[in-house]
Amino acid sequence: MDNYPALIVIAPLLGAFFAGLAAWIEKRLSYPIALAALGLSLFSAVNVLIQVIATGTIQYRMAGWAPPMGIEYRIDLLNAMVLVLVSGIAFLNLIASYKNVIQETSDRAESFYVIYLLFVVGLLGVVATGDLFNLYVLIEITSLTSYTLIALGDRDRGPLAALNYVFIGVIGASFYLLGVGYIYIKTGSLNMMDVANILSGIQGSTTVLVAFFLCIIGIWIKMALFPLHVWLPNGYTYAPVAFSRVVAPLMTKVMVYVMIRLMISVFGFDYIFTELNLGKAVVWMGTIAVLAGSIMALSQKNLKKMLTYIIVAEIGYMVGGAWLANELGMTGAILHIVNDALMTFALFLAVGNIVYKIKSVDLPNLKGLFGKMPWTMAGFVLAAFSIIGVPPTCGFFSKWYLVLGAFEAGAYHFAAALIISSLICAVLFFKVFEICFFESESKGHGDPHSTVIIEEAPISMLVVSGLVSISLIVAGLYSGTIVNTIILPFLR
Amino acid sequence: MVTMISIKPLLAVLVPLLVIPVLVSSSSKPNVRESWIFVSGTIMLILVLSMLPVVLQGKQLVLTLFEIAPGAALAFKVDGLGMLFALVASSLYIVTSIYSIGYMRGLNEHGQTRFVSFFALAISATIGAAFSANLLTLYLFYEILSLATYPLVAHHQDETSKISGRRYLTFILGTSIGLVLPAMIYCYHVTGTLEFSTAGIFSGQLSKPQATVLLLMFVFGFAKAGIMPFHSWLPAAMVAPTPVSALLHAVAVVKVGVFSIVRVMTGIFGVDLLADFNLGVVVMSIASVTILLGSCIALSQDELKRRLAYSTISQLSYIIFGVALLSPQGLLGGVIHIVMHAFGKITLFFCAGAIYVATGKKYISQMSGLGKKMPFTFTAFFIGALGVIGLPPAGGFYSKWNLILGTLEAQQTIFMVVLLVSSFLNAFYFLPIVYKAFFGKSEEEDEDGAPVKIQEANLCLVIPLLISAIISIVLFFYPTVFINLIKVGLNI
Repeated sequence: MDNYPALIVIAPLLGAFFAGLAAWIEKRLSYPIALAALGLSLFSAVNVLIQVIATGTIQYRMAGWAPPMGIEYRIDLLNAMVLVLVSGIAFLNLIASYKNVIQETSDRAESFYVIYLLFVVGLLGVVATGDLFNLYVLIEITSLTSYTLIALGDRDRGPLAALNYVFIGVIGASFYLLGVGYIYIKTGSLNMMDVANILSGIQGSTTVLVAFFLCIIGIWIKMALFPLHVWLPNGYTYAPVAFSRVVAPLMTKVMVYVMIRLMISVFGFDYIFTELNLGKAVVWMGTIAVLAGSIMALSQKNLKKMLTYIIVAEIGYMVGGAWLANELGMTGAILHIVNDALMTFALFLAVGNIVYKIKSVDLPNLKGLFGKMPWTMAGFVLAAFSIIGVPPTCGFFSKWYLVLGAFEAGAYHFAAALIISSLICAVLFFKVFEICFFESESKGHGDPHSTVIIEEAPISMLVVSGLVSISLIVAGLYSGTIVNTIILPFLR
Repeated sequence: MVTMISIKPLLAVLVPLLVIPVLVSSSSKPNVRESWIFVSGTIMLILVLSMLPVVLQGKQLVLTLFEIAPGAALAFKVDGLGMLFALVASSLYIVTSIYSIGYMRGLNEHGQTRFVSFFALAISATIGAAFSANLLTLYLFYEILSLATYPLVAHHQDETSKISGRRYLTFILGTSIGLVLPAMIYCYHVTGTLEFSTAGIFSGQLSKPQATVLLLMFVFGFAKAGIMPFHSWLPAAMVAPTPVSALLHAVAVVKVGVFSIVRVMTGIFGVDLLADFNLGVVVMSIASVTILLGSCIALSQDELKRRLAYSTISQLSYIIFGVALLSPQGLLGGVIHIVMHAFGKITLFFCAGAIYVATGKKYISQMSGLGKKMPFTFTAFFIGALGVIGLPPAGGFYSKWNLILGTLEAQQTIFMVVLLVSSFLNAFYFLPIVYKAFFGKSEEEDEDGAPVKIQEANLCLVIPLLISAIISIVLFFYPTVFINLIKVGLNI
């Protein structure tokens, strides 16, 4: 079918419309509609990926309008892969979220699903589009829906965190929009390919320089690159868990995708690394982000907040890797988009299960959790090992490429930061494990028959978190395949 | 070198792994659970043994599972060295399993299912490390082993085991991530391969300072080998139940550390390169310090298991010392000490555990006169001690003899003195224990000198320690298989 690329985005969009409409008739209808919409979206995304691997880049013209006037979806190996990732995680999260949503936002469940779908529409659109202005619109859709959903969370602190996010998010979006404006002034086009062609003929233009910085800084704000990250920890911590579980793995990673897309498909490596020679400076920014994120995570008393700071560190991984200006670093950065999304998702799934049973993720409340929730904790441990970078989990292999890239570029400070961050993450997670393992309420030693009552999360949540945790190992073992069939062909 | 593709190494790794779900599901039926351990242990041993004849003919069994990057795959290779280590680990696993039943039930320990499950995971990782075809695979199993052992070390879940567990992880994980990982990635960066080969993987890419730094990163980074100053996790890990100390902290874990160093020296650097850069002496000096200091500290320990731990630290460095001699005799003496020390030291640990279960005594000062009560145990202890000291008729004699010949062959007289001094120290810290046990006065002995009744620990504890003691003696007369394996494995 030729319309799969459009269907990826249209399905959840129509789904949102009908889910909202159906809620007027019967509130319970909105959940199955949302599920079906995302299922269809995932199905289309998988088909598109298979098609792209087989036949190469797909260009899809919205409503048949030719670029540069019409909006074009350009799906190559990179965004085909990210589309599967986004739609897959959004779909799985919806399955796991059913009970969380009822527990946390029971009175507004149907509006949660509608906004959730719109949020996913935004993310998928951002990834699929080949148009700079369309990209802006879709980023704003994801941002606006995020503000709403974060405000739905913690009654006291959610709205404030959302407001904080609104202010900074709007600044980021304005930067980007302004940048796009400059590009349009200079090139008269908004289609990425078209713009790239025109830009490659222009040299030493201040307008392009300003446009470049405005766009990149705007995206950096949206992806929470240290020190532009301040909106992220509170926003993600106080959001409803069903939403933080999808926004934490996807939002920042999609923004990293946008950055890489702008670097590769709009401005070009020659411009960034040869003409502006920015590589070294930005790798240093990545290095600092990695270290700062890890260190800030150390001082957190709330598990969810600790994980949000780890995201800040992981952003540093990807930014640093992408700006190493060699193939290995870029491979590592792209591979890490997939891996980090999966492992963050796995961690937040465990958090969701814990929130559902324990109603709290403050570290002192997690005592004896290995006994109470063994399956949830098994998933959590596996995801934690992936973050630390223990083979054969996928986190190891992206780190492998990133460190190799750093060696090749002579950026030893970045390699050192990656290693140090692994060590800090080991400390972080074992601090959590210790609380869950040692400080159980029952006396541990000497009693062979002490029965700990297992109080696990519902099966729907366990299945999803188990599946995702296993996918961490599968993705790790097949990282060679991912690199050879998707990333390297894309980069060459 | 003739190579054959075989699935057997994979099966040997998978058998203990696949039996874990069965162990967990039969947790309420201890006898069923334990019989599964034997079944899996026996199958594993048979698989290992079935590969022995082929390996002795000088062939290698290989299997590549996942190609992560060119030259770095998850792959197995069964050669002489790996076979030697796998043979020791898998045969002692069965013996330890018998012992484990006696010990854990004798003390009515809690969490026995968790204990045996992680034990099985640990032995699976050990076999995996033995059969690794390259440094990446070795690192993978090394890390899995580190993490699988943590819940065993921290088994008691009390304050002491928490502190010990923390120290264990800090040293083991800290060094492997902080030193080995960057060194390994650097090797791959320079050569593009991590495949073990007797000629080494470098061909003139390294200067002497670079080679020295890399080698030191590996030698200290594989901290399971207990080279000072990264040794103090081992005495701390003695809080674990004794079967763990016996199999893991005298055989599997510590020798995976030593084995990794041996692999790196013989398979990554290659003996020739080390000789060219004169790096053998550097490693030998480091090992000598550990040999002497370890023995001295062992002398001052009153807790039996801690004395054994320091003795292990010292003895492990013999192996590295022998390999660092870089001469055929030294390599032979060093590597065969993996076997000899394993059987000797596990006997000693078995005895320590049996004494603790039977009498509750942990300190050497309390053991005076105990030999009359527990004659079998202390006879075995005597044989184990002979093995570690290196006196006939125990197998340990063979390794010490070759090591001393090796120092003469390499004309390193000073280092020969180190070996002799340390052997005296070994005798000093072991033999008085045996002497006092048999001829000393017991604390509770009746004043009228009535004959003491024999009160051995239960049979599950006594039989394994007798088996390992007997094998220690048998190895003195028939070390041929292991010698041939070393000759095949190292081309000497």
